[in-house]
Amino acid sequence: MIAELGLALLWIAAALACLSLVAGVLFLRGGPKDLASLVRPASVAQGVLTTAAFGLLIALFVRSDMSVELVARNSNSLKPMIFKIAGTWGNHEGSMLLWLMILSLSGALIAIFERRLREDTLVATLAAQAALSLGFFAFLLFSSNPFNRLPVAPPDGQGLNPLLQDIGLAFHPPTLYVGYVGLSVAFSFAVGALITREIGPAFARAMRPWVLFSWIFLTLGITAGSYWAYYELGWGGWWFWDPVENVSLIPWLAGAALLHSVAVTATRNALRAWTVMLAVIGFSMSMVGTFIVRSGLLTSVHSFAVDPERGTFLLALMAIYIGGALTLFAVRAGSVAEGKKFALLSREGSLVINNLLLTTILALVLLGTLYPIVAEALGEKISVGPPYYNKVAGPLALILCLVMVAGPLLSWRKDDGKRLWSRLPLAIFAGAAVLFALILFGGKVGILPLLGMTVAGVVAVASLAPLWGRNLRRTPLPTWGMVIAHFGVAVCLAGMGAESAFIKEKLVAARPGDVVKVGDFDVRFEGVKPVAGPNYTAIEGTLVATTPGGGSHVMKPESRMFPGLMGTAPTETNEAALLTRPGGQLYAVLGQPVLGADGAGRYQLRLWWKPLVWWIWLGGALIAIGAALSLLGRAQLLTVWRGRRARKDEGRWK
Amino acid sequence: MKAKHQRLILALVAVAGVAGAGVLGASALRDEAAYFRTPVEVKAGKTEVGEPMRLGGMVAAGSIERQADGLTIRFVATDGKASVPVEFKGIVPDLFAEESGMVADGRMRADGTFVADRILAKHDERYMPPQMGEMPEGVAKMAPKA
Repeated sequence: MIAELGLALLWIAAALACLSLVAGVLFLRGGPKDLASLVRPASVAQGVLTTAAFGLLIALFVRSDMSVELVARNSNSLKPMIFKIAGTWGNHEGSMLLWLMILSLSGALIAIFERRLREDTLVATLAAQAALSLGFFAFLLFSSNPFNRLPVAPPDGQGLNPLLQDIGLAFHPPTLYVGYVGLSVAFSFAVGALITREIGPAFARAMRPWVLFSWIFLTLGITAGSYWAYYELGWGGWWFWDPVENVSLIPWLAGAALLHSVAVTATRNALRAWTVMLAVIGFSMSMVGTFIVRSGLLTSVHSFAVDPERGTFLLALMAIYIGGALTLFAVRAGSVAEGKKFALLSREGSLVINNLLLTTILALVLLGTLYPIVAEALGEKISVGPPYYNKVAGPLALILCLVMVAGPLLSWRKDDGKRLWSRLPLAIFAGAAVLFALILFGGKVGILPLLGMTVAGVVAVASLAPLWGRNLRRTPLPTWGMVIAHFGVAVCLAGMGAESAFIKEKLVAARPGDVVKVGDFDVRFEGVKPVAGPNYTAIEGTLVATTPGGGSHVMKPESRMFPGLMGTAPTETNEAALLTRPGGQLYAVLGQPVLGADGAGRYQLRLWWKPLVWWIWLGGALIAIGAALSLLGRAQLLTVWRGRRARKDEGRWK
Repeated sequence: MKAKHQRLILALVAVAGVAGAGVLGASALRDEAAYFRTPVEVKAGKTEVGEPMRLGGMVAAGSIERQADGLTIRFVATDGKASVPVEFKGIVPDLFAEESGMVADGRMRADGTFVADRILAKHDERYMPPQMGEMPEGVAKMAPKA
């Protein structure tokens, strides 16, 4: 019954989306005012019902109901409970339902919380959001039904890809999806404002918290995904420029550009058409990404759906939504009044350069991601890898960071160069100190890591400059947010630079008792023993890493074997062991036993010393924290809370 | 400067930026993109020694040999029509096995061996790189001599 109920809820939610859309359109065409009051409750109900449907799908996975095709294909009754739940979205249909749930919930949240928009703009926004959900309801119900029953239930399920059986997976996709799909709010706001021609500071201030919200989750999702790939794939890398990673980076770049341009529109009423354009681009890039991943178009370690029917469906949806929004933009852009003017050397000027650089990087990453598809259509098979991305994105990102040094120190409208210069000496000194230290003591360092660490030094000091000489208790939260986020960029950049410049790697076939030197560590291979997990068996290696100071730490990398379930092939995974130290991480992977007469007893071992590598994810977390502080300030949650408390206090005294 | 002029300048800067990015991207793509080749294309002489490329094929049955150092492996990649010997030093990915698909990044050595820097194996039984879709099942068992 659960599956049927879930399907019924989806159909009702789709009908409600239809209702919101029709009522919204009729109201905007001059229909009775009552229609507008229908849209809010319909949006909320649609969000609630879709969430309930997703909850029912989780229930099916928890109960291991093998009569449901999706559960039988992707779950197994022997799996630990947390992975049964996570398995709900570890597959095509489930993840699309999660996508749709977030889309519907976003609409519901706008309907409940948005109080700053004009009534007609709000209705137009909700109608746009309903139009988006309607398309994806159609996709789910007609080509990816998660609640499909099997005619005969198999005795047990086929299990989940063992690589995906990891706690990182339980949280990574939902986080990323909130960010990915949360950008739909900015899209709908832009469409709504274009329809009612309400584009100005009030609109920008209303949109800003929503953009911040989804961008925080995108940042967290990308950071967590990078860490997951780092320790779970066992390749030791933290970013592979894999198409699936790129399609999460592209909306993040659009979101970062939008955050900065919306600040200009909100504060100075400039860059209006550009802000609207970026809002459209952000979610369009999310849809492009979903299309690329879900259609199975690209060769990628992440891709798991290969089905042309779904690809065509998604392509059609994308064409309708992106094409429609861009057409609307083209028709209305002329009537968007010109913004306030400003000098090139001003806060606005630096934010324009920021936006140009971010969109350029976006375009180049998109080009590299799509080029292999286009080339294949023309009969040539090509892969575009890290050398391309490092070459094009690296230098631009460094220039972007330098602009970030100047931007926050400039005043709005116009500023003069001398004043800017007078605020920079300490930052420049920090950068010079890093550069000299690297040249003197660093040995041979590549040009990009060298410049990266230097710029990181400059940014780290300059990012704190907006706090100098200020009463820290009275500094507004968004300023704190900006400072922390920009400082996070410096931390992240320093980590990337140090890791690629000073990484040490050892690959050996070791006998028990052998000692391997890597970086400053002496690593002793003690031996291996078999261990059993809940649904796998493993060979566990024991390594003892000794630091120069004499401290010793035990590391236990594993090589796991998952039995084939219900006729599928058995698979192996490598679980890396990590030793985190203040100066970096020691990373150990246990490979295969070396067979043959003379090789007996030897095991392959791969060891890396990665200096400052964890700064990369610390930086990502700082960026997210900074954005969260900014959101707290912008959404005026604290003001509302203080106001409420003040009123309560007043009541008490009466 | 009038607001209209400023808009025009911004638009021109944006156009110049996009054009510059296009040139940068195109030249980087020409230098850095690696061709994907199958063994039959390698045999047809489509590749140059030392040029970065990606080789895709099935691992021929019974072809994996481990060298005495315990780290280097040699195997034969095949597409059923031609075969290329591959050498790789390192830990092979979890899903790498005989008679299954693999994609390797690396370059051709003058002796006709492909030296791989990195090997990717197919992710699970439902996933195959699109380039592998054209290879009939069972080609791994009928690999021509390398």
